[in-house]
Amino acid sequence: MAEFADVDAVIAAARRCRDAGFSQWDVHSPFPIHGIDRAMGNRPTVLPWLVAAGGLTGLLAGLALQYFTNVLDYPYLISGKPLFSLPANIPVIFELTVLLAALTAVFGMLALNLLPMLYNPLFKVNRFRRVTADRFFVIIYTADPKYDPQRTPEMLRALGATAVEMVEE
Amino acid sequence: MTAIDKASIPPASADNTFDDPARRAPLVLGGLDFGGVTDTVCRINEQRPPRAWYVAFFISLTLLGLLVFCVGYLFTTGVGVWGNNQPVAWGFDIVNFVFWVGIGHAGTLISAILFLFRQTWRTGINRFAEAMTIFAVICAGMFPAIHIGRPWLAYWLLPIPNQMAMWPQFRSPLLWDVFAVSTYATVSLLFWYVGMIPDLATFRDRAKTKLRQFIYGVLALGWTGSSRHWHRFERAYLLLAALATPLVLSVHSVVSFDFATSQLPGWHATIFPPYFVAGAVFGGFAMVITLAVPARRFFGLQNIITMRHLENMCRILLATGLIVGYAYAVEILSAWYSGNLYERFTFLNRAFGPYGWSFFLMVFCNVVAPQALWFRKVRTSLAGMFIVAMCVNVGMWFERFVIIVTSLTRDFLPSSWGMFTPTWVDLCTLAGSFGLFFTLFLLFCRYLPMVAMAEVKTVMPEAHPHPHVESTPDEKRFDYWPDEHVKK
Repeated sequence: MAEFADVDAVIAAARRCRDAGFSQWDVHSPFPIHGIDRAMGNRPTVLPWLVAAGGLTGLLAGLALQYFTNVLDYPYLISGKPLFSLPANIPVIFELTVLLAALTAVFGMLALNLLPMLYNPLFKVNRFRRVTADRFFVIIYTADPKYDPQRTPEMLRALGATAVEMVEE
Repeated sequence: MTAIDKASIPPASADNTFDDPARRAPLVLGGLDFGGVTDTVCRINEQRPPRAWYVAFFISLTLLGLLVFCVGYLFTTGVGVWGNNQPVAWGFDIVNFVFWVGIGHAGTLISAILFLFRQTWRTGINRFAEAMTIFAVICAGMFPAIHIGRPWLAYWLLPIPNQMAMWPQFRSPLLWDVFAVSTYATVSLLFWYVGMIPDLATFRDRAKTKLRQFIYGVLALGWTGSSRHWHRFERAYLLLAALATPLVLSVHSVVSFDFATSQLPGWHATIFPPYFVAGAVFGGFAMVITLAVPARRFFGLQNIITMRHLENMCRILLATGLIVGYAYAVEILSAWYSGNLYERFTFLNRAFGPYGWSFFLMVFCNVVAPQALWFRKVRTSLAGMFIVAMCVNVGMWFERFVIIVTSLTRDFLPSSWGMFTPTWVDLCTLAGSFGLFFTLFLLFCRYLPMVAMAEVKTVMPEAHPHPHVESTPDEKRFDYWPDEHVKK
């Protein structure tokens, strides 16, 4: 684990780690860094597709709910109006579409991030507490095939890290 | 390499309300760096609150007690304790409902629509505006629930099987309301909470006691600021903003359908949805200013919620105020142009009938008073904007009163005309709903991150990689103020 004091240094470090071919590593920061995904070589998330699926489910559920309750299960004639008239059913369909899409966005994001995860060995490191305030960290896991107990810390130090330390699992 | 060149950060005295097209106006003043922003916001939570907080909390709690009493009296006695009766069957309950739902709209506008438009100044104010949205929707949701007479049967509103084997009627706008408001409440809550996770993690990491560590630790869900997490987080946030934008426009449109789809003169108008949405944003921004002006002072947030933020809000207040004024004019014009006797009478009756005073109060507060905001002096004066915002708060409540009550008192048949007089329970319930709102808001200020720290940091110039860092051509984006110091 290496600590950095500013955005430029951590971006430069991320580029080096990407180019060095590490696969099990991460950058931690107090806020999303502009351009870090490219610097790290991250692939876009599948989340938007999940949200689209959630929205579509909501749409169909809204349609089915109204059709079943008002047309099939308990038809109730008011002023000779049709039992199912799409314009009158749009608001509820719309609301359910948005509702399910939003729920998918939030819980999909948490699931993909494997959150909540209340125990994390990183929390045992006092230095790491500043990751939510003003410090940036590059973490290379020892499980990474390219990890070398000697050379990896040296590389991080050479990249301008203000501190480098090992974290016990 | 130092993290931040102190000389580059604008001092607290800097006037950031002038626009220089050559550079971005700074949004964080007072020489705050990343740590400074964290400290400023966390201090509110970690130190004892100012005395003003206790005074305000005591008053709010008293009003909340009044609300509990009034609702208890209502439940045990019946809706007869209120002033509404035939022909004015919708009184303060629905006026308050529409008023509070409207207040919420500004929060979603700031958090979602301004986010999509990349208005970076929203970061300073979005968190507490979103909190305001949620508390306003809670207040709003209470009124339909208690006005139905038999609140223990409120579940009949939902599509769940009941003892009569009947389903709700989905062709009724009142049922659309149930779905619109409950979806709005849910999505606002999710948006608010998701945005808060990184800041709750900050609270967790700064916690000194075991209890705080535990509570904020659980709420933060184990957030570590991983860039891979941030990537999905930002995508989820963007999607939520994109979903909340049409949602917020739909909510007050659906509320307006309750009126527009009826046949009552004064309600039966096609202009209602846009007119209601503009009015909601207008009233909501007035409430944001009402809350922001004292809050930034008592909690020392002047460097994060700067004069530029307030001035921008005043501009939105002015713009939406003009739309509302235009809608009033169009309503009157359509009544005249329709040639419909009843429509014409309704509007004459609104202005010159027994409730004429409320009509002119509404016009003064919502159309005349905001014109003061054309002047820069008023837009940059705390007292000036506060007075205008208070006028709008009053005016927007009376707008709903005018629409609902005056239309109902005198409709088609003169023999069924009647007046509406609120009872003491009506008035106390209204006051009590403010108690509920402010109690929740004050607790929020005390125990949750009032400013979106992580988001504020992203709009600070230090958050952007500088040009001397080797990069691919399309990564070279350094248009944030001020970047000059890097080249030295």
